[in-house]
Amino acid sequence: MPGYGAMSILGKRLVVVTGKGGVGKSTVTAALGVTAAERGLRTVLVEVAGRADIREQFGDHGDEQPEPELAPRLHHVSVEPRGALEQYLRDEAPGRLIASVLARSRVFDALITATPGMAELLTIGKVWELAQRPRHKPGARIYDLVILDAPASGHAGALLGAPASFGSMAGGGPMAHQSAAIARTLRDPRSTGVIAVSTAEQMAVSETLSLREAFAEKLGIAIDAVVVNRLLSSPFTANEARAIEAAGEDPAVRSAHWLHARATNQRELLVRLERNLNGVPLTTLPFVFAGIAERAELDRLAARLGRYLP
Amino acid sequence: MSPLAAVLADKRVVICAGAGGVGKTTVAATIALGLAAEGRRVAVVTIDPARRLAEALGLDTLGNEPSRVDTGRLGDSGLEIKGELSAMMLDSKRTFDELIARLAPDESTREQILRNRVYVHLTGAIAGSQEYAAMSKLFEIERGGDYDAVVLDTPPSRNALDFLDAPQRLLGVLSGRALRLLLAPTGYAARSASVVLAGLRRITGARLLEDLGSFFGLFGGMIDDFRERAVQVDDLLRDPRTGFLIVTSPERAALEEAIFFTGELDRAGMHRSGLIVNRVHPVDALERDSAGTAARLTPALGSALAVKVASAHADVQVLARRDAAAIGSLRCKMHGVRPVCVADRERDVHSLEDLVDLHAALFGRAPAIQPAAER
Repeated sequence: MPGYGAMSILGKRLVVVTGKGGVGKSTVTAALGVTAAERGLRTVLVEVAGRADIREQFGDHGDEQPEPELAPRLHHVSVEPRGALEQYLRDEAPGRLIASVLARSRVFDALITATPGMAELLTIGKVWELAQRPRHKPGARIYDLVILDAPASGHAGALLGAPASFGSMAGGGPMAHQSAAIARTLRDPRSTGVIAVSTAEQMAVSETLSLREAFAEKLGIAIDAVVVNRLLSSPFTANEARAIEAAGEDPAVRSAHWLHARATNQRELLVRLERNLNGVPLTTLPFVFAGIAERAELDRLAARLGRYLP
Repeated sequence: MSPLAAVLADKRVVICAGAGGVGKTTVAATIALGLAAEGRRVAVVTIDPARRLAEALGLDTLGNEPSRVDTGRLGDSGLEIKGELSAMMLDSKRTFDELIARLAPDESTREQILRNRVYVHLTGAIAGSQEYAAMSKLFEIERGGDYDAVVLDTPPSRNALDFLDAPQRLLGVLSGRALRLLLAPTGYAARSASVVLAGLRRITGARLLEDLGSFFGLFGGMIDDFRERAVQVDDLLRDPRTGFLIVTSPERAALEEAIFFTGELDRAGMHRSGLIVNRVHPVDALERDSAGTAARLTPALGSALAVKVASAHADVQVLARRDAAAIGSLRCKMHGVRPVCVADRERDVHSLEDLVDLHAALFGRAPAIQPAAER
């Protein structure tokens, strides 16, 4: 791809966006998608567990197209395990009769519930399939980039670790082979990138640091970049802050004091995060007082991400 | 007595539920502190507290059992703890292992289960296992009788239902009737199942089915105990003395989760004890325009700084009005439920003193924030 180094985030096949609950993963996923699509990449945003928050963010409330286009070149898929399984059986089962018998059988439902990690495996399997060129599903749309709005840290680890776990559990057979192929893709930094979203809050910073450690140790997957979302900045110098501190009781003074204290606290946490990331690139997104309800706000965040992401 | 204290007065179990990132863990710790202040012996089970909160509670050296928090020095900060506060951090793998150790009929079954690949994956980080462990631990502590009240922080599920369903779902997994039928088929079922089973084997490989078979075989003898336990946990969740506190922030996604979870609680016949909207930015009802604010502040701050303060205030008020609108619509959708609104702090919780500060806001010793609609 012209203009991108081999290790650029948008040059990968699959980008996984994860982080603590409530830090704004979906917003970052959407903004990243806007950036990628604007640069000409055929992009698909994936939400799991049947969610469609991002789709709603684009004002699309769901006609029943399987991979609807939210903006030019920007598509959306909502993956849930049962649907992924049916698709998998249609595409991969040895013979159509077996596929249709299996798909209708209660046994497969039982297998999904009974096998630890099976729901996760089917989900990540579908995500992987979206990134294949050509797709396994005959005639399906080809994507340059798949961006996964992954669940919060712990569950994201379970999702990305599922193929390797399943491979070791199953021993052999087509599913185990395919699991191994998925696990290889996920571990290959040329194919897969991970963005950890955080906020400059104590719990989020701690979780981001332990996420990085856990991904490296348990999954052999490195974090490519950290996006610190909703960063407040204080317009006040230390002297001004002291003057505000000394001013009498007033709602505006209270606001100014809160903003300065929070922003200062966030600055300290940002420093702590950066110091402990050992060189993982870090980008910040500003706090948006008015919220991200408007597409224009999302575009602004997208532009910023596009400029600063590695 | 504050409204929150009144509604929690007869509760033996308080479960704090809500979306991730709303301050649930901190609220759970504060609620526990509040109940202990009133003279009760309280245990708080946290899932994944931040280092500083853990240190504040003396949790950094803790195992998988509650241990006493030193609350003696709190007297100085104005909150006298008449009862006792204990805290623990959940270790879900260990909770599972201990459960197996208790229920396994003999040493050899126990060892085989702990080594079984399916079990190892079951107790790993998969969705649902942490939820089950949390419930199980809650049940044990409540049963143990050492505490008057247990406060539970819930795992950061993306879907609150994962939590309520956990006992039944795990039971579904463990009893796996359809699957067991297939793994050891006999008679008519065997013939109709064999086509499916053959297909299954070809796709998943035989070893998985063998492992599942031996796992469910090992569990067979314990399944009744598990079933009984799941029923008891379910009863505990529905007990009138178990209350759910729904914690949210004014952010849209968190509010939607709160509304959804409330509906599910009502449907399941479980009891809501309150709604806490955390991290609210208070509305200044008098603020009209920045020029006026700047003029008002000029004598105290000088005109340059007054203009900057007014502009910062205007920004914060955009946020405050957004919060107020969100809370208003929340009340509407929840048929007038009155939330306890807690102002966003100036920093994250660093110490027991910060928890005391939050306690004042939650239990009404500090002036409450009124939702905008009531002004």
